[in-house]
Parts: sequence; structure tokens; C-alpha cells
Amino acid sequence: MRKYTSKTDVQAKSYYNDRFYVTPTLPRSKASDDEVYSKDIEALSAKFEISENYVENKELVIYIQPDKNVEVLTYLKEELEYDMCMELSAVDYIASRGGFEIFYEMLSMSKHRRMRVKTFIRQKQPLESIINVFKMASWSEREMYDMYGVKVVNHPNMKRILMPDDWYDYPLRKTYPLTGDEAASWYEVDKIFGKEARDIIGPEIRDCAAIDRYDTERFSRLGHEVPFGTDITDGKEPEHTPLAYQEEGGVRFIKKLNEEDSVTIKERR
Amino acid sequence: MQQQVNRLKPFFENIHFEREDNTMMVNFGPQHPSAHGQMRLMLELQGEEIVKATPGVGYLHRGMEKMGENMIYNEFLPTTDRMDYIASTSNNYGYALAVEQLLGIEAPRRAEVIRTMLLEINRLMSHLFWLATHALDVGAMSVFLYAFREREFAMDLMEDYCGARLTHSAVRIGGVPLDLPAGWCDDLEKFCGILMTEVEKYEGLLTENRIWRMRLENVGVIDTQMAKQWACSGIVLRASGVKWDLRREMPYGLYPELDFDVPIGETGCSYARYKLHMQEMRETVKILRQLIPMYNESESQLMAHAPEYISAPKEEIMTQNYSLMQHFVLVTQGMRPPKGEVYVATESPKGELAFMIVSDGSPYAYKMKLRAPSFWHTGLLEDLLPGHQLADVVTIIGNLNVVFGEIDR
Repeated sequence: MRKYTSKTDVQAKSYYNDRFYVTPTLPRSKASDDEVYSKDIEALSAKFEISENYVENKELVIYIQPDKNVEVLTYLKEELEYDMCMELSAVDYIASRGGFEIFYEMLSMSKHRRMRVKTFIRQKQPLESIINVFKMASWSEREMYDMYGVKVVNHPNMKRILMPDDWYDYPLRKTYPLTGDEAASWYEVDKIFGKEARDIIGPEIRDCAAIDRYDTERFSRLGHEVPFGTDITDGKEPEHTPLAYQEEGGVRFIKKLNEEDSVTIKERR
Repeated sequence: MQQQVNRLKPFFENIHFEREDNTMMVNFGPQHPSAHGQMRLMLELQGEEIVKATPGVGYLHRGMEKMGENMIYNEFLPTTDRMDYIASTSNNYGYALAVEQLLGIEAPRRAEVIRTMLLEINRLMSHLFWLATHALDVGAMSVFLYAFREREFAMDLMEDYCGARLTHSAVRIGGVPLDLPAGWCDDLEKFCGILMTEVEKYEGLLTENRIWRMRLENVGVIDTQMAKQWACSGIVLRASGVKWDLRREMPYGLYPELDFDVPIGETGCSYARYKLHMQEMRETVKILRQLIPMYNESESQLMAHAPEYISAPKEEIMTQNYSLMQHFVLVTQGMRPPKGEVYVATESPKGELAFMIVSDGSPYAYKMKLRAPSFWHTGLLEDLLPGHQLADVVTIIGNLNVVFGEIDR
């Protein structure tokens, strides 16, 4: 029987884990230890519900309610001088917690500080677009939808950005395999030749490391060369293969090279 | 089996004439030489004026973030080369710095000096490439030839150091793999001298050139508000009058010790960005010249000493059993960083290049987000292009210095 593998997370896994290894954690400090962040946190908690906050790698991280994202970001932008949102995206926690963690990476140019605003949404819970606060969300939220399938509402042009419009499934989810799923392997065949050609062409091999030892057209075999296109699927290989290399009487690349006349220059002229 | 041509139905035909509102759709790219990569730009024209622009990206999408989550940390480093392939060391460095901050280690001083040298050479390579291709797009063909010649010298320096010219992977997590070859610093000094005179020549060709100014001045004006809204960074942001260079404002590595200016523009137009590129090249040469004595004064250690994360030097691996075992484990299984999240931004030649790594303690990143500056510089075109003439499109795309390797990732 085949060994059971979880379908909720098909990402690469380490194949050996030391039972006694204790994973260290990146040190976190309190926001109140930092003079700038402590004021920010004070101002924020007076107006909004901040469920958690800490400083990790010199950067403040706060957790907010998902329905308050626009209000918090507007407040950060207008009152607390965090006037740029540099990045936003999601982290897939569907398998463990049933949803996504959304983060907004804020930058304050006057304070020289960064702040990561995080919120957790369930898998199909809609998220309000922040495009009216930060225009960069026009593309970032599209990318987030494209890659994770996070439903962003009130975005004027919510469609895929990196993948084709008719792509099936969301590539950055943990359930999506690295080499693509079944639909991905038929995508180009269907698109170029049509569904009816599936039987003739077969699925696209999307594993770039795939090797077929019987395929003598696309794979050469070191040490046991067989001529191009020979059928060796029955296991019988030709015992002796006449080999002719290009160097032996073939066409030379540089015809008129006289080796005695050539010099190696020491410096670029 | 023949390809059935009609199966591939594009969403737009190349050109729509005579629509109801009498605008014309022009499909610019994705295979257009001055789109600087695979960008599809759907332009709606009223006469020659653009009324709506819809940039389409994704033609170079390789799923690097997915790859980053399926590779051990050292394995992913060469992949980062393929982001901004014009200045690949800047990506390597950004990634290595992010992982180093996650691990809580620091590269030794000599490694840091070499890295900074490579970073600045890459900045020059990127700016020269930008100047060459942008001038070619606008019509100044000879600048292309001159700038590529100097870029070649910079690439020779890179080649002398690491053997590669385009995708260097010359920076490793924890330091650099090699010391500088003998006489490299002299070559660098010589190159700096050549470049300073050549930059003057480029400026002589372009700065007061009537056609160049007509094509660039007041074209593609990005005001401060728009630049901040669209998360612009790097030269695009500085040309709009914001003094924001991460090397200076949120410094990392050796930059606090180095003396250089951050030039800013005022108008936010293409010409201001051109001026900034030229000034930045001079500043970069200034940095490179300061680095040479710093290199000579530094100790010879090249990789950080952190046995649980970084392999020991080759001599130790070859002589000491435990180092060999450790190395074997690190290569086959990968390092296991602490649990945590880092967002580490560096100033790449294009702008703020950041790596966000979420680690759950396993040898594979739980989430790897690559923040590429060009992504928003392209998105910006939606807002920037309307109102411009069709001929300005090429100027603006070329001027924003977008590289599709990092937009699509």
C-alpha cells in the first residue's frame, strides 16, 4: 500500500527530523521598550482593538480585526505618519487554522520605522480593499487574489495578474503542488491543440527534473549511448553503437585559424 | 498533429478600429523590443493621445515564491539571480541579508566589504544598462554603444571575481565564497577612473541635447503624492523630491561608514530621473573608491562562524571529521533557522528590494515573499500614461527602469 501523504500540504518537507531538536524562536520584545513604537501602540489601542503586538527584528507587528483594515491603515497614514504601504500579501494557514494571515507592510519615512499590520481571515471571508488608501493595492491585491484566492471586495479590477485569466486554482496555496496540478498539465494542450488532441499528445510534463530512461529522443544516456530515436522500451539495447564525433573529420568551427599566429592578449584593448 | 491556429484566441485583436467612442485599441507587446521584456500594454488612443492604459504582466512568471518555499535556503539563492538579472548580486545580497537576520548572524567584515563592492559594481552595471537601452529607445544610438562598453568592463570585474557575468550568485548566506583575486582592486580603481571620464562624456552627449531634452523633459511626471501612493522607491521616488535612500535612511551592512550623497530631483519627470542616474553613478564610484582601503585593512575571514547554520571553511571540512559531518547535514538537509518572520529591505538599483521570510523552523521557508520594486513601477503606468502621446510610452517605460524578471518573479 502506498504511504499516506497529506493533501493539505504538498510542499517540500524535510525527510529527517531530530526528535530532540528544539527549534529556537526569533527574539521578540515589547513595543513599550521602543520610544517610537510605544507611542504608536498607545495611539492605536485607544482607537482600535489590537489583539497582539510585539517587536520582531526591529519591526513592530500588530494584529487587528479583519473588518477594520481600511480604518486602521487610514489612521496610520494620516495620523501616525506611516504614509507608505510597501507590500501586502497573505500567508496560507488553511490547513492549520482554516484561513489566511494578511499582512500590510507599512513604512514611515519621517520616523524611519516599519510596521507590519496583520489580520486573520477565514478561507472564504471577504476582505475590504485598501485601494482608496493606498493605490499600490491595485496590483498587490490582484496578486494576492491570483496567488491565494483571497476574496478582496470593492476593488475596481479584481482579476488575475500573473497567471492566465482562465487558470484553475491558486498556485501559492500549500495544497498546490510545485509542478502544477492535473489542470495545469492539460492547460497548454487544450489551449493550443484543443481538448480532442489530449489522447494524441498526452499531458505536459511539468516536472523539470523528470527523466525518462527509455526516451532516446529527449534524453541522452551517458556511457551507454544509443542512436537518436531508437526504441528501447523492450529493454533491448543495441550492443554496439557506431559513434562518430564531430571533431573527427567534421566541420571545424574556425576554418582559417593558424595556431602559430594567434596570441593571447594580456589586457583588453 | 498540426497546430490549429484559431484555437488561440487572444482577448483583444491587435487593433480595433472604429469603436463606438471612436478610440483605437493598440496592443503594445508582449513582444515589443522597447517594452524591456514581456509586457503587454493595452492602450486606448484618442488620436495619438492615450486615454487608458492597461499594463499586463506575468509572461515571465516562474513562481519563484513557490520555489522558495520548496527549496532549502542555500538552494534558493541562485534562483534569486533571475529576479533582477541586470544586477543579480543585489538580489543575492538582499536574500542573504534576510536569511542572516533570520539566523541572527553577521557576515565578517571582509565579506561585507567585498559584498558592498559587488553591490556597487552591480549598481553601475544596472545604471549603464538602463542608460544604454533607454537612450536607444529614445533614439540616441551611439550612447548605447559607449555605455555597453563600460558595462562590459564592469562585467569583466564580476567575471574576474566569480566567473559569471550575468547571474553571479557571488554572495552566500553568511558571507562570500571567495576572496578577491590578486590585482582586482587595481582593476577596480582603473575602472573607476575610466567610468568617471566616460560618465562625463555621456552627459556631454545627452544632458544638453535638444532632442533628448524634448523627449524627456516634462514627460512621465510622477508627483510625490502619486509616488507614495504607488509604493515607488529608489530613483523613481527620489526624482519626485523625496530624500529616501535605504542605504542612508535605514542603513544596513557597511553603508553607515561610507560617505556618499543621495541626490534628489524636484520635477519627477523623466529628465530628473535621468539626472539622478548619472549622479548616482558618480556617488557609486565614490563608494567604490572608499571600499578599496577598507578591504586592505580587513581580516581575512570570509564566512561567518555559525556551525549550526553555515558550513565550515573548506580546509576544516577536509581535515576535521565533525566539520565534514556538519557540512554534509547542511547540504543534504539544509539549515533550520529559528521560528519567526523577517522583512528585510535593501536598496537595489531599481528601488526597495525586500525579502519577507516566514519560517516555521523547518529547512524550508513557510512563506517567501519577494518584494520587487519594478512591480509597482509598472502598475503605476495605469495612472501615468493617460494624457501622454503614444511616442512618450517608450520613453516612460524605458525611463522607469523596470525589469520583468523581478516583476513576474
